[in-house]
Order: sequence, then C-alpha cells, then structure tokens
Amino acid sequence: MSPEEGKREKGGKKEIVQVTVGFVALFFVLMGYFVFYAATHKEELLNNSYNSRQQLFGEQNRRGAIYARGGEILAETVCDKSGDEVRRYPYDEMFAHAVGYLEKGRSGIEAQANYYLLRSDIPAVDKVKEEIGGKKNPGNNVYTTLSVPLQEAAFHALGIYRGAVVALDPKTGEILAMVSKPDFDPNRISELWEEIIEDDESGTLVNRVTQGLYPPGSTFKLVTTLEYIRENPESYSSYRYTCSGSIEGENSRISCYHGSRHGTVDLRHSFSESCNSSYANIGKQLDREAFAETLDGLLFNQPLPLRFAYNQSSLAVGPDTSEDEMMQAAIGQGKTQITPLHLAMLTAAAANGGILMKPYLLDRVETAEGGTVKRFAPEEYKRLMSEEEAAILSDYMKEVVESGTGTKLSGLSYTAAGKTGSAEYNRQKGESHAWFTGFAPAKDPQLVVTVIIEGAGSGGDYAVPVARRVFDAYLDK
Amino acid sequence: MGEYITEFSKYLITLFASFYTYECFAVFRYQTEEERSGIYLRQNLLLFLVHVSCFLPVYVKTGRIEFIFFFLFQQIALYATIVFYHLLYPEANRLIINNMCFLLAVGFIVLMRLSYDKAVRQFIITVVSSVIGLCIPGLITRVRKWKDYTWFYAAGGIAALGIVLALGRVTNGSRLFYSVLGVSFQPSEFIKLVFTFFVASILCKSLSFWNIALSALLAGIQIFLLALSRDLGSALIYFVTYVIMVYLATGHKRYLFAGLLGGGAASCLAYRLFSHVQVRVQAWRDPWSVIDGGGYQITQSLFAIGCGGLFGLGLYQGMPDSIPYVETDFIFSAITEELGILFSLCLILIYISCFIMFMYTAYSIRDDFYRLAAAGLGVVYIFQVFLTIGGGVKLIPLTGVTLPFISYGGSSVLSTIVMFSVIQGLYLTGGKRYVPRGGKAGKRR
Repeated sequence: MSPEEGKREKGGKKEIVQVTVGFVALFFVLMGYFVFYAATHKEELLNNSYNSRQQLFGEQNRRGAIYARGGEILAETVCDKSGDEVRRYPYDEMFAHAVGYLEKGRSGIEAQANYYLLRSDIPAVDKVKEEIGGKKNPGNNVYTTLSVPLQEAAFHALGIYRGAVVALDPKTGEILAMVSKPDFDPNRISELWEEIIEDDESGTLVNRVTQGLYPPGSTFKLVTTLEYIRENPESYSSYRYTCSGSIEGENSRISCYHGSRHGTVDLRHSFSESCNSSYANIGKQLDREAFAETLDGLLFNQPLPLRFAYNQSSLAVGPDTSEDEMMQAAIGQGKTQITPLHLAMLTAAAANGGILMKPYLLDRVETAEGGTVKRFAPEEYKRLMSEEEAAILSDYMKEVVESGTGTKLSGLSYTAAGKTGSAEYNRQKGESHAWFTGFAPAKDPQLVVTVIIEGAGSGGDYAVPVARRVFDAYLDK
Repeated sequence: MGEYITEFSKYLITLFASFYTYECFAVFRYQTEEERSGIYLRQNLLLFLVHVSCFLPVYVKTGRIEFIFFFLFQQIALYATIVFYHLLYPEANRLIINNMCFLLAVGFIVLMRLSYDKAVRQFIITVVSSVIGLCIPGLITRVRKWKDYTWFYAAGGIAALGIVLALGRVTNGSRLFYSVLGVSFQPSEFIKLVFTFFVASILCKSLSFWNIALSALLAGIQIFLLALSRDLGSALIYFVTYVIMVYLATGHKRYLFAGLLGGGAASCLAYRLFSHVQVRVQAWRDPWSVIDGGGYQITQSLFAIGCGGLFGLGLYQGMPDSIPYVETDFIFSAITEELGILFSLCLILIYISCFIMFMYTAYSIRDDFYRLAAAGLGVVYIFQVFLTIGGGVKLIPLTGVTLPFISYGGSSVLSTIVMFSVIQGLYLTGGKRYVPRGGKAGKRR
C-alpha cells in the first residue's frame, strides 16, 4: 500500500458525487420507462381479458357507440324492456366481422376500440352530475372509416358465396369496406354461439379479410413481375416467351389455365393474359436471394403495420428452394399464402406511386358531447417500390382490364386497372378460388378493391363483376 | 357534495404534492438550515393539505366516525415527530424528517383505503418506531467507539441471518421471518444497518488487498445466507451496497467492475440453480405468456398502472385489491392507479430528494467512518426504492422488497425510521468537514 493511499479520505468528494449522480440517473431511466410504458400500453392493458377493470368501467360508464363515416350507427348500447343494457347492431350481418361482437369475447372494432368505448371523457363536472342523478356516464363514441353504401354494395355483390371483399383508399389507407362471408348476426351472437362453434368447417367467426390465408394464384404475378423488372431493369421490355400451353420443370409440369395456349408473349401480355407457362419460365430465372429480399420488403413473413388482429402472409424462398418450387412460387401456387388485406395493401402501394399508407379503421374518438378525444390521421408506412416500378405495374394492370383477363371492367364511365387470379386449391378436382385486386380510376386512383370468392372458379368471370359493383357504388354516382 | 369531493380531490392532491416536491429540491439552493427554514414550514403546511385532501374522499366513501379519530391521531403523531425532532436535535436536517413524515402519511392513507386494520397496526408500530428513532441520534453520539466493533457486527450479522435460515418461518417459499416472544420480525431489515457499519469499519482499518479480501469474504457469507433463505431482494441490496462502499473507500473503479463481473456470474449461477429465480425472470421477460402462473402478480400490477392516467381514478375508484400482496410489494402500483402518474412521479422525486440530502450530508461529515457509513446507508435506502418500484413497473424482475415508509410491514417501517435516525446521528456526531459560507465549494478541512 502506498503511503498516499493510507492517508486518503475514505469516501472522497469525487466518489460520493459520482455515486449520487449515478443513482439519480438510474431513477430518471426508471421514471422515463414508467411514464412511457403507462402511456403506450394503456389500451392493450385495459383490453386484456385478465384485467377486471373492464367490469369496473362497465359499471361506471355506458359503452359508447360505433359510427360509420356518414354518421350511421353501426353499434350502440340501449336499454331493453326490462331495463337491461343490450348492444344493438342496426345493420345485422352486414358489418359482422368489421364491427365485431361483444358478448362471448370481443372481436373487430368492438375489440380494437374497446379502451375508448369503455371510458368516458366528459368533463368532470358533468360526471359528477350524472353520478348524483344515479346515471352512468356516457362512454366515448368511435367514428370509423367504414362507408355504409360501399359495404352494402360489397355485401350484396358477394351474395351467397364464401369469401371476402375489402376496399380502401390508397392515398390515405382508410378502409372503406370489409366484408367476410359466411357471416352471422351479431345481435344474436349468444344464441347462435353453440351452432357456430360446433361447425368446424365454415369458419364463420374468421374475418377472412384480415385472417383468411389463401394461395394468391395469378394475383401474385404482381410480385413476380416486380422482381423480374428489378433484376432486368434494362431488358425486361424485350422479354419474349412462346407459350405452348405448358412448361416442364425438373419433376413437374405447369399448365396455363384451362389449357389455353398464349403463343409468343412479352412481359406485358404474359401479365395481362396471365400466362402461367411464361411466369414459370421467369420463376426459373429469378435470383433466389434477391427474390427473398423483395418478399421481405413486401411484408411476406413479416408483421403488417396494422392496429388490429391479422394473420401474416407466408412464402419462404431461400438458396435451397428447388426449381419446381420457384416455378410454383412465380405463379402464386405452392406454399404461398396471403390474406386479402395484404394483397390490397400491395395493390394500394402500386396505385399510390409505390408508397404504402397504413390501413386503418378508426377515424376519431369523441365524447358523448362531441368533444374530440383522439383523431387518427393517415400515416405513411414506407415506400414498397419505386415510382417507376409502381407506374409499370399500374400500366400492366390497365392492360389486364383493356385486353386481358379483366375485360369485364372495361367500357365503364371510369378506367380501372387490376389483376385477376384463379388460385387452385384442389388439384385433383381442378377447383380454384376467384381473385381480383385492382384500383380505379387508373389515372388518379381513389379506391382499391380486393375480392376473393372461395371455390368459384376463374377470377375474371366471378371476382371481377363483384369488384365492379363496388367500384360502381363509389365512382359511378 | 360527496361526489364533488371524490372527483376533485385527486386534482388537489396532485397539485399540493407537486408544490411539496418542488420545495424538496428548492432546499438545495440554500447552504444552511436557517436559510431553508421557510421552505420547511411551507412543506409542513403542504403535508397537512395533502393529508387532508387524501382523507376527505376516504371519509366520504366510508363515512365511519373512527376514521376521523384515526386521521387526527395520524396528524398528531406526524407533527409530534417533526416538533420533537427539532427540539431535541436542532442541528438535524429537517428535509429528511419532513420527507419521512410525508411518506408515512401517504402510507397511512393508502393502507387505510386497502385495509383499516392493517393501517391501524402499521400506525401503532410507526409511533413506537418514531419514539425509538428519536433516541437514536443521541445513542450514536454517546457511544463513541462505533467503528471498533467490526467483528461484533460481522458475527452478529452472520449469526442472525444463519438463525433465520435454520429456524425461520417459511412464507411464500422464502425464510424471512423469525419470532421472538411472539413478535415476528424480519432480521434482514435490521442487519442491513449493521452490515453497513461492518463494511464501513473494516474498510476504515486498512485498504490493503488482504483486508478487502477479508471484508469480501465476511460480506459474501451474509449475502450467501440471504440467497439461501431465498431473500433475493435483500441479497441484492447487501451486495450492491458492499460494492459501492468499497468503491467509495478506495476510489478504484476496478472494484466496481470486479463487483459487476462477480454479481453477473452469481446471477447466472442463481438462475441456473434456483427455479424460483427462473420463474421471476420469465415473469419479467414475458409475463403475458405465464399470466396464469408466475406472471399473474406483475400483470395485475401493470393493469393498475395502465389504468390510472395522469390524475388517477380517485381513491376507492380503482381495483388495487386485484394485485396479490398489494400492500407490501405493489403499493406503488396501487398509488398510481388511484392517485395517478403525476403523484407517483412526485413520490419518486421525494425519495430521490431524500437520497441526495443523505449523500450531501454524508459528504459533509469529517470522520471517515461516519461518512462511509452514512453514504452506505444512503445506498441501501435508494437501491431498495429502485428495486421495488422498478419491479412493479416491470423495468427489472421482481425482488419482493418493500417501499420504504409506505409498504405495510412492521420490520420495514421500524428499520427505515431507525436508518433515517442513524444517518442524522452520524451527521451530528461525525463533525462537519466543510463549512459552507455562501461560496460554491467549501475548503477541505
């Protein structure tokens, strides 16, 4: 021990100050975390089914109402004859999945906006008045982005088929319509419950727009085309392929839909005619690593920027992917699975110059007296493709409507653009889901519509007319 | 009328508490206690206002006449503590006393809201503890040779913790309590004071490598005994206190790093060996996946925290009872739920202001031993606050230690009051190192 150290003060000035500053800093981290956590997690915490405070708010406040964008009531709490509170859904089945139900667990907007609906932000003075009068406080009302006329059109257009329709504004991300079938009447959810639960096959409660996973079929050619353009930015327009109705892989064979032969096609017409052989041929040439990167960028196998429940789309491409699998992937078959909403998001990005706006359902929250509690503004998620790439895809999608598989959308008061798909899900029987995804007007896109009809057959014949009725309801006034 | 009181009292509580908190830091603008006396008086008034505005909604809700008497007794006890302390020890730091009384008052109110019987029990223990606390500075001054009892401190600590390990009562898987003559108490709460004295005295003897190694061995035995009793929170407090005191004594950062390394290794080992450690860590990393088991407590605590908002739901308007062990381990979450985030932040700041005053006091003590012991006690105190609040908000895993002065628990209240009094005693006895005379930095010696 050095003599200096022996004389040294034990607990000198410097060390005490350091330790003090250190602990104070630690507490600032603690306080920051505490405030941040409480502020960012309050909704999720209250919505947790283990949180008994929901009942507490239920006793204090009357649950708020849910409105459509035009001010129509989609859900409200009223008193029945015996004075008990009941939740009423004036449109019955029409908004079943979008608005959801309350009894038997929550779903849809009833679940997503639960926090706001439960709480009452009327001024403290009014709360006291209500309490003195022995009444419950009126809960906050939620205004959605959903449009009744559009939902109506989509609901009726889909008719008795099983499937899904989603419509959104590509410039803002507002979801205007969201229909899933088979449906149910949320007013009678409790009495229907047993029946719905026992039916394993229909999946009545599943919101097919956000949670239904389907093979994308030819609609996936949007992605394949994008990848091909990215790999061949100079020469993609000089691509040629002569289609003889089918193409051989190492151990498999891919045929065009219903055995058609497309002859010599360039990329544009491979797309507009939806030539499987030509796309399988492209699939053989794609760089697997670059393709995987593009898929990541387009949110396959990734979380989507959504504030409500959904399923992730999946497609794994890696260095080990076989040629057969690449051919299947290129035409949207094989292991690929996508939700209708995800496909609508990709279409919206192409329609919006490459930029994806986050899709959303809640527009604003108001108190019973009309005071604003919270407003949800459109939010940009990120650029999914360059402006040029978006322009090329849009142009090709226009060709589909003009001369290809989507001609049932041509000759209208507006010009539409889109891509059809017939996704095979049962090879032996040759059964397929009918897809369409597209937007209109082509020059200044205002509405994206994505349709899937389960087991109907060709997208051009079945899905396009459904989409057309939704476009008509919005654009052909 | 009642509804108005319930609805508006929470805003008043937050308002008064923020003024009080402001004064807690305003003291540091002045060097001497005389200059600060105006602040202290304002604090005493604000303490009264916060206490009353907390009590009114409690009374409105319950309407029980005995609550009024209980409230009056609380008032008397708190102000008697403040007055007697000042009369007996005019030199003692009044910020520490005021903050102690403020925190005790908050504790009474919250316990009263959770359980009247527990609040009364806590109150009686607090009154006894305050009387003991009043004697302590005098005791510290009279007994001159505190620094010579090194081996007695070490032997006492090891013996007491060993007895608990061998004979203690098992509660929730931990051996924490030991009963003497029908009174059950938690020795680790008291031994931490003795432990601090032990570390301070052994380090004052010599800073040779072998002496430090010996201190590490003796401290390590006590920490090991605590870990075996599954009193992980205390083990952690002892450990951190030891490492920081060694750093304070030597000024060598290498001891901090060595402590960090050793602590990290010990934590990993504990994680591998003990299933209850794994349960705690699991409940911290993802409580939602084990919400039915190990994560239940912490998720209920988070529900309470997420529910309150800035001003809280108001007393009796929330559901703090849904958190298991709310009155001991999760009282902070109960406060956040009903009194709000702003009030909780005020509480944290009041704890910090106490700590800064402890360290400031320690810093101005001339004698090495007294200074080191005072700083060590400051670390014991603030680290415990960090563990309990940090655990309740899920910043760190739960350790199950109490929130000083507020949590329910006789041993906790008594030991914290004693600790505060010991620090005052050390300050009054150790002699002042600096004589601040308006200048920014005083001269050494």
